[in-house]
Amino acid sequence: MGKEKTYLGVPVYRPRVAFFEFTSCEGCQLQILNREESLLDFLNLVEIVDFREAMTEGSDDYEIAFVEGCISRDDEVVRLQEIRQRAKVLVALGSCACFGGVNQLKNRFLDQGWVHRQVYGEYPIASLPVRSLADIVTVDVSIFGCPIKKEEVEKIVTNIALGKSIVHPKYPVCMECQANENICLFDLGEPCLGPVTRAGCDSWCPNNRAGCWGCRGPADDADPQRLKAIMVKHGFSLETIIDRLDCFGGFVRESARLRDELENVGQTGSVDPGGGI
Amino acid sequence: MKLSCEIDIHPLTRVEGHGRIEISIKNGTVQKAQWEVVETPRFFEAILVGKMWENAPYLCGRICGICSIGHTLAAIRAVENGFGLVPSEQTSQLRLLLKHMETLQSHILHLYFLTAPDFLGTGSVFPLIKSHPEAVLRAARLKKLANDAADLIGGRRLHPTRTVVGGFTMLPDMAELQKIRTRLQESLDDLTATVDLFATFTIPDFVRETEFVSLKGKGDYPFIGGDLISTDGVGRREEEYLEMSNEYMVEHSTAKWSRLSRDAFAVGALARINNNYAGLCSQAQQAAEQLKLTPVNHNPFMNNIAQLVECVQVAQDSMALIDQLTGTSWQATRQQVVPKAGLGVAAVEVPRGILYHCYEFDDTGRIIRADCVIPTSQNHGNIHLDIVELARQGAASGTGDRSLELLAQMLVRAYDPCISCSVH
Repeated sequence: MGKEKTYLGVPVYRPRVAFFEFTSCEGCQLQILNREESLLDFLNLVEIVDFREAMTEGSDDYEIAFVEGCISRDDEVVRLQEIRQRAKVLVALGSCACFGGVNQLKNRFLDQGWVHRQVYGEYPIASLPVRSLADIVTVDVSIFGCPIKKEEVEKIVTNIALGKSIVHPKYPVCMECQANENICLFDLGEPCLGPVTRAGCDSWCPNNRAGCWGCRGPADDADPQRLKAIMVKHGFSLETIIDRLDCFGGFVRESARLRDELENVGQTGSVDPGGGI
Repeated sequence: MKLSCEIDIHPLTRVEGHGRIEISIKNGTVQKAQWEVVETPRFFEAILVGKMWENAPYLCGRICGICSIGHTLAAIRAVENGFGLVPSEQTSQLRLLLKHMETLQSHILHLYFLTAPDFLGTGSVFPLIKSHPEAVLRAARLKKLANDAADLIGGRRLHPTRTVVGGFTMLPDMAELQKIRTRLQESLDDLTATVDLFATFTIPDFVRETEFVSLKGKGDYPFIGGDLISTDGVGRREEEYLEMSNEYMVEHSTAKWSRLSRDAFAVGALARINNNYAGLCSQAQQAAEQLKLTPVNHNPFMNNIAQLVECVQVAQDSMALIDQLTGTSWQATRQQVVPKAGLGVAAVEVPRGILYHCYEFDDTGRIIRADCVIPTSQNHGNIHLDIVELARQGAASGTGDRSLELLAQMLVRAYDPCISCSVH
């Protein structure tokens, strides 16, 4: 594809990249084809050799593999391991790949047979509890979000192509939201995980007056107890907090802890706000 | 010499999700012809159980990466129908406008990025950047317009943020909406050029008599809510969807299949036009005439053409909707939601056909049962029977195996299947 690109007379290396998808909605790959104004530039940055959703040709010779989706069947485990062997850099693309995404919500049921029967009755269909890519292979780079944000993908892919390291913000979405001068969602009566979720989306949902659901997973110093204190103070139930923490699989431990508390509340009837607020 | 061939396309490319086409012909006789769905299931109907109502639109939008707006709107309508909440006119107009933009985006993506390479002899859109730059830039302009408008109204083109039960979290800026109106007007030239381009393509001459099912317009073109109609004369109310979906399992599919009056039926753009041609605006009817689409058309390859006619339809209707919305000042953003026990059913015509969501609630608004019937799962049975007939005709006429292989792929692509959505 195309002649060699140069920058200030120096040849710029175009890595051979491939896109793959496992259990998912394939929306993150669709995001790759979005942001039309820079699409041609993006396609110049890399050489796409395999992208089943968009092209018929395929190749096993690639350096960077972008993998969307979580793993929920044996054949997916085998294929992911093959991709890992071939790729120099394996990128987990989106919340499903990073944490299991909304699909991992089925894992919350103790009886997976019930989950199966609810959809298929007694008809046999193969499916395993949902796992993230990192549960099975080494992941070199994570691109968070449901969906991923194309601007962030462009930045990360440029850095990979130039051999620069990838650094995610350590601070939470709340910081970006305040910098954007949004009205705090709590003041609007909306639940929000902005205080604990890793930034990098430029507070995409709060900018639209929609609370954060934590699709990017926890920020470095996320304090779920502090979040609980804030949410309880604003009148939200433990269940609402758990719904949000549960949603994408980035806060599994935190929501499990709150679920235990919820069961205790069921017995004692009172919520301890904790956190000294 | 009689045709013998083994065709195994796995996975099929340039479609959403994972499917497989198998055709085996020996000495002019079809041994096997099958459409197989190998996608992994995600169990959304189980995931929803136990969740409060406000989770449904947020989670269900994520059933699909291409029609997330359609799923979100179906989930919202199911909750509102369950609670007896009637959305305001402004909310209904904004939702329809948002859905039109999804239809435009999805159809343009399918027509230019997934379908056109077959007609222009390439394996993807990427070589067309050099050979047909004006067409690729046109596609990018149209797609960008639809996506920008979806960002403006829904907050985000994919997995929208502002769409909630009762209305929106935030309303678009009037001036920005007016700019979209101007860009829509300007896009009509691009749509005309697209119609001209597709008029040069040779649509494969293949016919198999089919029952076409869609929602029924009330003098207009159907999109959100309402009763269904079929070309075999079936009519069903929105809440009677189970009498239409009739889902069943087959061995070679992880998605459920459907049937109505016959062994299979088709939904989507062609079905909508076959049932509602009179509801199209005059510009869309003109495009249909130029592209030789007259109802009832039984050639599944014409679904591509029907999608293009719908692009003209939604562009025109979107301008009319914006005129109505900007002709008055903004009313309330969001209505109050009062949960109650009961059942809510919603039908929405999404790019690939009728989408149903149905939820049962307890008196606190907690979901105790959920059911989602996806357009592509309704189409799987028909795709399969088309493949069987295509193989039979190919074997009888002695079509070369390479051309049969290409035709089979083009046939499935014409349905624009959303396979991961169909398995959900």
